[in-house]
Amino acid sequence: MNSIQIQTPGLLTTVQDLGREGFGPIGVSISGAADPISLRIGNRLVGNLENAAALEMTLLGGRFVFPEGAIVALAGSDFGARLDRAEVNVGASIKVHAGQTLQLGATRSGARCYLCVQGGIVVPLFLESASTHILSGLGGFEGRALRSGDVLQIGKAHEPFRKRTIALHISKHLFPRNILRVTAGPQLAWFSKSSRHSFYSATYRLSEQCDRMGLRLEGGPILQPNHKAMITEGVSLGAIQVPPGGSPIILFAEQQTTGGYPKIANVISADFHRLGQLRPRDEIRFELVTLEAAQSLLIEQEKLLASGESIRE
Amino acid sequence: MTEGVQFKTASDQSLLVYFGQKVTLDAHQWVRKLLQLLESEPIAGVRNLHPAYCSLLIVFDPLKLRHGELEAILSGCLRRLTAVRLPAARKLEIPTCYGGEFGPDLEEVARLHAMTPAQVIELHSSVTYVVYFLGFVPGFAYLGVLPEPLATPRLASPRRSTPPGSVGIADHQTGVYPFSTPGGWRLIGRTPIAMFRPGENNMSFLTIGDRVRFTPISVAQFAALQHP
Repeated sequence: MNSIQIQTPGLLTTVQDLGREGFGPIGVSISGAADPISLRIGNRLVGNLENAAALEMTLLGGRFVFPEGAIVALAGSDFGARLDRAEVNVGASIKVHAGQTLQLGATRSGARCYLCVQGGIVVPLFLESASTHILSGLGGFEGRALRSGDVLQIGKAHEPFRKRTIALHISKHLFPRNILRVTAGPQLAWFSKSSRHSFYSATYRLSEQCDRMGLRLEGGPILQPNHKAMITEGVSLGAIQVPPGGSPIILFAEQQTTGGYPKIANVISADFHRLGQLRPRDEIRFELVTLEAAQSLLIEQEKLLASGESIRE
Repeated sequence: MTEGVQFKTASDQSLLVYFGQKVTLDAHQWVRKLLQLLESEPIAGVRNLHPAYCSLLIVFDPLKLRHGELEAILSGCLRRLTAVRLPAARKLEIPTCYGGEFGPDLEEVARLHAMTPAQVIELHSSVTYVVYFLGFVPGFAYLGVLPEPLATPRLASPRRSTPPGSVGIADHQTGVYPFSTPGGWRLIGRTPIAMFRPGENNMSFLTIGDRVRFTPISVAQFAALQHP
């Protein structure tokens, strides 16, 4: 089987696919790629199914050698990649010859870049998914972030190299934006009018303490609702919970399944991929939309991605 | 069973079903029944189920299902809940070594309640707990109800990391950390049992609805159970 040698892993590089469904009753959330749209596009560029496992790099990329060569694509943010000496673009399929080195650096745009390989990264599945769940040390490659010296298997190539690039209008659509759209959270009514007002007018900054489980925000604290104690309940991806300290936390890819803090809002599904591109110290704001608007935005986005013109051959 | 059940939109791809707003065994039974029904007869488009004390969060694909459609299907399910038969609860024991390095908060908890550490251990291991649900992280069971004299607020600032197997208490709950995770529960002991065992049939040691007792063990017994 062909392989990738990890010479340097970068800051936090893990194997991810689109996650695992149906294991919530034992406390397992769906998890998977932090920017699922970039993963899907990267996989389409190399001719994979959208759900194939790839490498998710965070802020700083790694150096990878392909002893037998491969057909690869980078998707998501621009980490200044080079194949041997030549610059390579994000959002295009690349033919890597045997022995060539793909080197990535620090991000020039958002937080995450995906390295997709034709045939996918092959790891033993845990609960039907190749995704790494860092907190529990399960899934992916040995349940952990990659290290120097790791060697990963690549699935069988199934078609000859084809030059594919992501269409400009898709790249534009995916360009990071700092206003996240949200719908009302289940405990919105617990928050006072002035708390809600400050939530929607404040600019928040992502804390340095962000991980795949949660994005911690710094900014004008939200007053705790004057309400009876919260009973722990199921929480959704993108839920914005407000702990007693008043600094909101956005539940992120590797989210917990239940939580005991009131939730003022929830990021809409059409903006989930943007969460995956936020970096520590990025500044964001929230904009309230209706449930109907959230659903329409998602349908439009999926139409855009599904259209034959989204990827050019 | 449709009275007192409330639907609430949690996000554009999830819906909360509340069986009241109190932690009761009755609400717990309804949560289990709905969970069992939805696991045995899955609704197309539903991606995940997050049970909790008196609610069930249903995560779905918003391109396949709308909140209104899901609510209509669920209303049909709720009418059938009374007929759902739950399996008999399993009875399990969690051997626990209390105090010392395994339970760094035991003395503080005892002090807060004007008890001796021995009384805290006696009380904590005197009751049969119900696994209300598994949540937070894989295999973390929320056990209740902690005897009232032991009810203790969470730590003011959570630990960055709790050793796997740590037995904690928080408010009226107790539980065991399956992994080294951050946590705000007060740690009174540790079990050598692996709470989450990937690759095994019952991956999670505990299942929703189980009845559980904590059995005090010595440091020597802990070591023997950890490396049999």
